[in-house]
Amino acid sequence: MKRIGVFICHCGINIAKTVDVEALTEEIKKYPGVEHAENYKYMCSDPGQNLVIDAIKEQKLDAVVVAACSPTLHENTFRNASERGGLNRYVCEMANIREHCSWVHDDKTVATKKASLIIKTIVEKVKYDEPLEPIQVNVTKRALVIGGGIAGIQAALDIANAGVETILVEKGPSIGGRMAQLSETFPTLDCSQCILTPKMVEVSQHKKIKLIAYSEVEDVEGSVGNFKVKIKRKAAYVDQAKCTGCGICYEKCPIKVDSEFEEGLGKRKAIYTPFPQAVPNKPIIDTEHCTFFLKPGKCKVCQIVCPVQAVDFEQQDEILEEEVGAIVVATGYDIYEPEKLKEYGYGTIPDVITSMQFERLLSASGPTVGDVRRVSDGKEPKRIVFIQCAGSRDKENHLEYCSKICCMYTAKHALLYKHRVHDGEAIIFYIDVRTAGKGYEEFYNRVTDEGATYIRGKVSKVYQDNGKIIVLGADTLSGKQVEVEADMVVLALGMVPTRNSEALVRTLKIQCDANAFLTEAHPKLRPVESNTTGIYLAGAAQGPKDIPEVVAQASGAASKAIAILTQDEITFEPTIAGVDEDLCSGCGICVGVCPYNARELDREEMVIKVVEALCQGCGSCSSACPSGAAQQRNLIDRQIERMVVSALEEN
Amino acid sequence: MSKLLIDKDFKRRIEEISDQKLSDCYQCGRCTAGCPFANFMDAPPNQVIRFMQLGLKDDVLDSQGPWFCAACLVCQTRCPRGVDIPRLMEAVRVIHLRAKEGLIDVSEIDKELLLDAPPLALMSAFSKYTY
Repeated sequence: MKRIGVFICHCGINIAKTVDVEALTEEIKKYPGVEHAENYKYMCSDPGQNLVIDAIKEQKLDAVVVAACSPTLHENTFRNASERGGLNRYVCEMANIREHCSWVHDDKTVATKKASLIIKTIVEKVKYDEPLEPIQVNVTKRALVIGGGIAGIQAALDIANAGVETILVEKGPSIGGRMAQLSETFPTLDCSQCILTPKMVEVSQHKKIKLIAYSEVEDVEGSVGNFKVKIKRKAAYVDQAKCTGCGICYEKCPIKVDSEFEEGLGKRKAIYTPFPQAVPNKPIIDTEHCTFFLKPGKCKVCQIVCPVQAVDFEQQDEILEEEVGAIVVATGYDIYEPEKLKEYGYGTIPDVITSMQFERLLSASGPTVGDVRRVSDGKEPKRIVFIQCAGSRDKENHLEYCSKICCMYTAKHALLYKHRVHDGEAIIFYIDVRTAGKGYEEFYNRVTDEGATYIRGKVSKVYQDNGKIIVLGADTLSGKQVEVEADMVVLALGMVPTRNSEALVRTLKIQCDANAFLTEAHPKLRPVESNTTGIYLAGAAQGPKDIPEVVAQASGAASKAIAILTQDEITFEPTIAGVDEDLCSGCGICVGVCPYNARELDREEMVIKVVEALCQGCGSCSSACPSGAAQQRNLIDRQIERMVVSALEEN
Repeated sequence: MSKLLIDKDFKRRIEEISDQKLSDCYQCGRCTAGCPFANFMDAPPNQVIRFMQLGLKDDVLDSQGPWFCAACLVCQTRCPRGVDIPRLMEAVRVIHLRAKEGLIDVSEIDKELLLDAPPLALMSAFSKYTY
C-alpha cells in the first residue's frame, strides 16, 4: 500500500473562507491510505513547497495530493517540488478545491464536504498512479516546405536562416506563386514582382535550401522529428543539370499555347518557363501540346537548337526520398470558377474578365505591358464595371465566406485603371467595403477621392446588347435600379484552396474545414499549427488572407518548426494512451476517433500501435475502445472506477 | 429603370457652388439620423446626397428635402467626414433660383396683396424672383 500525503491549501481566504480547512485535514487524515495530512496558508509559496518536500522525506511518502487550485496553475510547481523530495513527478496530483469548490459555493458545511470528496477521489487516483518517464524523440534536423508561393518562400527562408537545412517543393515549374502574377500590391502600390523576385533569387542561392521544382509530395510517413517523405519529380524533358537557361529552345519552338501565368491573355510555347524571372529558370516541356509527344518522333526543334544537348525526350518521373523533422504546408489558393456565375456572362462575353486577368493587364510585364486594353478589340475601355463579392458571401449559390482581399484589390484595380486611363470611369458594385488593415481605409478613401464610383448593391445580370455590355444592378442607398453601359467588366472572384490538393491533405493526415481550407489547432491561440504535431500551416491554404498576413503566418510557422528542428531531441508528456496488446482485437475504432492521427492498425499483428509523439492524451480512444485495451496512462479504467465509487460512497 | 448616366457637369456644379466634395460622403446616414425635418422630406438628406453622388440631376432637383432644410447645422456639426450638408442643400436651392423659373412681374401683383403682405417677404421675393 502506498503512503500518501495530502497537503491542503488555504489560498489566503480563497479556500479557507468557504472550506473549514482544519476539519477537512482531520477528516482526510482518517481516510485509508493517507499517512499524512496538513494545511497551510499558501501551499505554492516556498515554505509551502518545503512542507511537501520535508513530508515526503520524513514520512517516507510514495505519493502526494495537493488540494488547492486548478492543475493548470500549479501542477508543475508541485510536481517539481515532489521531484525535489525524491518522488517521480507523475505520482503527484492536484485536487481542485478552489475553482471546483470554494469559489462556487457559499455554504461552508456543504463546501467542506464537497472538498473532502474531491480530495478522496484524487487519493483513489493517486493510489494507482505509476511513475512515468517523459517520452523522448530524436530529431532529424531538416525541414520540408510544401508550396513555393510567398508563404512557402518566406517559411523556407526563415527556417534556412536559422541554420536548418530546408527542402522547398513546388508543384509548378517556378516558385513565386500567385504573388508573381500580381501587378501592384495594396495599399502601398509596390510592384509585386519587384519585391518578390529578390526573395525568389535568395531561395535559389541559399546554401541551406534545396529547391525541388516541378515536383509533388507523394507520400509522408512517420511523425514529428522523423518524417519520411516521397517526392515525385515530374519529367521536365530537360536535363536540369545541363540546361543553362539560355532560352533558345522556347524561342524556336513552333507551338503556341495559352499561357497559364498570363491567365490565357498571352501565349507561351510548348517548351517554356512560365515567366522571364522564373526560379529555377529552366524550361519544361508541356507534353499535352508538344508535337514530339503528339506525333512521336516529329519536330524535335528544341533538341536540335539546344547548345548543350539538355533536351531529353526519354526523361522519366523520378521519386526522391527525403527525411525531415517538421513540415510547413503552404499550398496556396485558386480563384473561384467564374463560369459558375452564369448571370455575369464570363466565357460568352469576351470583355467580362476575372480579377486575376485584370492583374495581368495592369502588370508592366503582362501581355499588354501594363496598358488596359479590351480582350475583344484591343481598345482602351472608357468605363469599367467592377463586381465585388463575385462568388463570395453567397451561401445559397456559391461560397459562404468573405474572401477578405477582394475589397482591397478592387479598390487598387480602380485606382490603377484611373492612373492608366485618366478619363476612364470606374464603377464598383459592392455589398460592403471591408478595409480592415493598416492603411487600408486610407487607401480606400484615396480611391473614392480620385473619382471611383461605389454603388452599394449586387449586380443581377450582365448581358450584351448591340455590342455593348449592359450591367443591371441596384443602388440600395438611393433605392434605385441602375443600368450601366460598360466597355469591360471585372469580376472580383473569391479565394478557394488550391484545387486538387485533397490528396496531399490526406497524405499528411491533417484536417480541413467544410470549404477545404486547412484547419489550425486552435483558431485563436495556435493559428499556425495543424492538429498533427510537427506539421505547420502557412498562407491562403489555411484561409483567405492578404500578403502581409501570409508573410506573418509563414514566419510564425517557420518559428514553430525551428523550435523543434534546433533541438537534438524533443520531449513529450508520457500521460498518453497506450495499448494492451493482449486485449486489443484490432477493430480500429480508435483509429477513426483519434483527432491527432496517433493510432495505426498493424495489419500483421492485428493490434493498434501508438505513435507516442502524436498522442495528446485526450482520451477519445479510451472511451471508444470496446475491449478496454486503450488505456490512458495514469487514468486507467480502474482508477476512474475507484474515483467514482469513492465520490458516491458517502451519499 | 433608370440608366446610370452620371451627369458629371451637374455634380461639378453642385461641388463648385457648395465647395464640398461629394465623394467625401460615405453614406453613414448620421445627417438624416439627427435631422429635425427628415420626417417631412420625401428624400432625407443622405439620400439627396446619394442622388448627387450618382449625378441624378432630376432626382436632386425634384426632391423637396432641400426646401425643408432649415440650415440648423446639426448635420454639419455631426458629420464624421466633415461634409457641410447645409451648403449642399443651399446649392440645390441656388440652382433652382438661378434657373429663373416662376419670376415675379411686379406690375401683375394684386394690389390688395401688396398692401397686406409683410414688406420683408416682398423684398425677399423681389431679390430672388426678379431680374
